[in-house]
Amino acid sequence: MSIHHHLSDTTLGAFTAGTLIETISLVVASHISICPDCRKRQDQLENIGGIQLQFAEPEGMSSDALQKAMIKLGKQELTPVFSPADTSPLSSSSGTALSFGNPEVPKPLRAYIPDRLEDVEWKPIAPGIKYFAMEGLKTANGTLSLLKIAPGVNIPEHGHQGIELTQVLKGSFRDEIGRFGVGDIADFDSDIKHQPIADTNEACICLIATEAPLKFTGLLPRLVQYFSVM
Amino acid sequence: MSKQRQFGLESREKKLPDFSMLLLSVGQNQDKAAFADIFQHFAPRIKSYMLKLGSIDDVAEELAQQTLLKVWRKAQLFDPEKAAASTWIFRIARNIRIDALRKQKHFFDDDYDLEGIADEQENAENKVSREQKSLNVTLALSALPKDQTRIIRLSFYDGLSHSEIANQLEIPLGTVKSRIRLAFGHLRKSTHLESGEMA
Ligand SMILES: [Zn+2]
Repeated sequence: MSIHHHLSDTTLGAFTAGTLIETISLVVASHISICPDCRKRQDQLENIGGIQLQFAEPEGMSSDALQKAMIKLGKQELTPVFSPADTSPLSSSSGTALSFGNPEVPKPLRAYIPDRLEDVEWKPIAPGIKYFAMEGLKTANGTLSLLKIAPGVNIPEHGHQGIELTQVLKGSFRDEIGRFGVGDIADFDSDIKHQPIADTNEACICLIATEAPLKFTGLLPRLVQYFSVM
Repeated sequence: MSKQRQFGLESREKKLPDFSMLLLSVGQNQDKAAFADIFQHFAPRIKSYMLKLGSIDDVAEELAQQTLLKVWRKAQLFDPEKAAASTWIFRIARNIRIDALRKQKHFFDDDYDLEGIADEQENAENKVSREQKSLNVTLALSALPKDQTRIIRLSFYDGLSHSEIANQLEIPLGTVKSRIRLAFGHLRKSTHLESGEMA
């Protein structure tokens, strides 16, 4: 898989600082789990976080804080170091192996959708567009949709407030900005208006998170919105 | 004039112990004295980090305790070739902060230091220790224009979202984002130069 579209500095920075809402964070994490480039940039940003912490103004702890901690040390169960044999690429279910390479469903998503995309039970919501409801995530401040878009079908033109992230899991789409294939992430800021279209003979499966509800017009978009917040 | 003197960091640097060595010793020997040194420096700073998100004093102190205990439990996983000690501790504190104060899932892989980050550009010849890299970034940070460092601080340390920063500084959200982009651009350039990596 070669990835051509990456996370913006601002999105990656906000993710690293831990200030994004849950739905956006999930899509960011999904991209990072398959993108060594963004992983490396995240690493550099965490470095900045560490420096901020190391040189921060201290806030007084209570006088017996260290003593309290020292008493607890003996009772802590130490996290063991796994041997390299435990973390072979095959043992991705062990929870520790990173899934660089080519998993169909990036690791952070596996708690919410089936491991294989062919096992997803889609609900049609409009001609050419199917939807899968992901459960167990906070969607109060945004939306999250897993969509399957038939070849040649486009999502109606829309603009947004805040961030919109689209991670392509299968197939590809094209819009005014460019072409997005498997692994690519479209990281759009507010005031961009676009109209993505699935542009090959394969359906495009993509995960879309928005920070605030999309500003659609028309019936279909309202349906998409309705399902997204369910 | 050395760069360190130029940015006024020399004295600050001198006073600080080598946290990577201390953390290694905690991991390898369950060294309680080394842990105490790490605690004394980081616990009060993690407490202030937790306080910024509006947690009350007791909670912030408790979360600082939890963070340091996690440092103790996970110290065996620390690898100084993969992260500076401050980066590693920041990750733990940040994840606890998201879980406890934002009450949401964080999606960071807690143990990913084990796997490390595929860093093809980093061959044996130009390998610079993570602590050295971290110092390079510190120098680069201190050389940024004030309006950029302020925003980086509000974002990474005070934990404010970009729109919260915009509100607090009474500037447009777009300005916050462009300053962040500028700052990261500068940092990337200067740290690549410092460590001999290609951009
Ligand atoms: Zn990327």
